[in-house]
Amino acid sequence: MDAIKEFFNFFADPRVFFLLTTGAFVFAVWRRDLFVKPSVGYGLQIFLVLFFGLGLLDENFRLIIGKPDNVPIVGLIFLLLFFTWYSMRQAVLNDQRIANAEPVAEKVEEDRVWVWPDLVYIELICLVLCSVVLIVWSIVLKAPLEQPANAAATPNPSKAPWYFLGLQEMLVYFDPWLAGVVLPSLIIVGLMAIPYIDTNPKGNGYYTFKERKAEITIFLFGFVVLWSSLIVLGTFLRGPNWNFFGPFEYWDIHKLEALTNVNLSEYIWLRGLGVGMPSHWLFRELPGILLVSFYVFGLPVVFARTVFKRYYEKLGPARFYVTAFLFLSMLSLPVKMLARWLFNLKYVVAIGELFFNI
Amino acid sequence: MADEPNVPASGTPAPKPAAKPAPPSVPPGLAGKTTSAAAAPRRPAAKKKVEDDTSPLLSRRGWIGLAWGSFTAASAAGLAATGRFMFPNVLNEPPQQFRIGFPDEYAPGVDERWKDRFGVWIVRTPSDMVQEAAGFYALLVTCTHLGCTPNWLSAEDKFKCPCHGSGFRPTGINFEGPAPRPLERARIVLAEDGQILVDKAQKFQFELGQWADPESFLRV
Ligand code: FES
Repeated sequence: MDAIKEFFNFFADPRVFFLLTTGAFVFAVWRRDLFVKPSVGYGLQIFLVLFFGLGLLDENFRLIIGKPDNVPIVGLIFLLLFFTWYSMRQAVLNDQRIANAEPVAEKVEEDRVWVWPDLVYIELICLVLCSVVLIVWSIVLKAPLEQPANAAATPNPSKAPWYFLGLQEMLVYFDPWLAGVVLPSLIIVGLMAIPYIDTNPKGNGYYTFKERKAEITIFLFGFVVLWSSLIVLGTFLRGPNWNFFGPFEYWDIHKLEALTNVNLSEYIWLRGLGVGMPSHWLFRELPGILLVSFYVFGLPVVFARTVFKRYYEKLGPARFYVTAFLFLSMLSLPVKMLARWLFNLKYVVAIGELFFNI
Repeated sequence: MADEPNVPASGTPAPKPAAKPAPPSVPPGLAGKTTSAAAAPRRPAAKKKVEDDTSPLLSRRGWIGLAWGSFTAASAAGLAATGRFMFPNVLNEPPQQFRIGFPDEYAPGVDERWKDRFGVWIVRTPSDMVQEAAGFYALLVTCTHLGCTPNWLSAEDKFKCPCHGSGFRPTGINFEGPAPRPLERARIVLAEDGQILVDKAQKFQFELGQWADPESFLRV
């Protein structure tokens, strides 16, 4: 039993957790024919039920899962997986029909029903069921109220409402103005805009994956892997002092985690070249500034010339560069997180003199 | 109609053409609407509106005036209440300047006794990193990242913020997590009566070189 718990605690390490989620995502998109099999879909849900069900036997797991704040997030995991699986399944089935030169399922409409009475009855049943669930929920689980606010005592850990936990996680890696304002806006604008920047007229009114590959993959990555999995991570795996804890691990306030972070300039001038820090900030941060400019301005050009050449020709320069910029802003989050986890990188550009850090 | 201008000149009574341009009877409140109602007298909707207007209580203009008047009054009252909210009857603001006892009441290390009341940690050190002398400094309990209150972990010898995990050494220097700069120090001097006097109104920031200021550190 302990070995199994250790095993899952190991997977909860942020590096492993993130790589695993990304890997699972890549696999689900790449081998979607396998992913959408009913056996896989049911299998995943059953695995989750078993995981949470058996996990409840463990005291530490029960504490974190059963917290009234966190119960909805358990539901979120199930629902997110189900809807991703279901829409992917519809898309794959339609893609097969398109490949066989058949009309898509939505055009055939063989299972068409009337709004009245069929749809309205279903809605009525849903309404009753949802009300029952909400009433039972509000009776059984107590509202997570805390003691009166005290400016001198911040709860430990201090967590944002669940829908902001992704943002709170970002705040660990970036300066507040970047993590709180610039990046979230760019990511949300990107998620909304990228599917529409593409002028491809297909995929309207029916499920498909093949006809809108890039847009669907980018959106799913941004929403499922970045936004939602960071919420899950923040809810279940962040503990006292904002340290990481496995789901079966005891929340020890004195857990020691070396978080000593190093700026890129220090890496280059002190550890790499061994010449000491240049005194002027512009010169000191030059490598970082160059790196960031390359990431923002150079990388899209490189992409346009190499990997995404066909995409570039299809979209034209203006649309391509806007898409690339939005996508790269979204990607800067996992890039920086990985750099932090793997190299303890604090800031790429650190101009404390001007309160400007990236 | 061509001979109409001649009517007054001729002086003969001409009831027929005079009745035609006469506007339909309209209460005085609707004078502005008259032209449109008269221009299209055949439209039943317009006509009906005019008839509705003959309320025994208030004219249309009167009603609208009443509605806007009460809306404005209610909004003004709400705004006033909001404004009043900015000036609470009791302000529980701790004083910015306070005496915290005599130097020999403090053991070496971080002292938490004034954290709740005044929001400072008093640290007694045998040798300060900047001033290179023995004495006291007062650290403000506000995290320089986004302003949570860190906890003092004596076992690990550090301040640790529960919000995003920033860590500070007892000196106040940030060494882990996202905080971009060290904790701030407050002015600390000896009062005339020999007590230590802390003044939070004046802050000293390390990154601006202010920790070298003699008032940021109390030598004993
Ligand atoms: S507020 Fe202290 S680490 Fe963010």
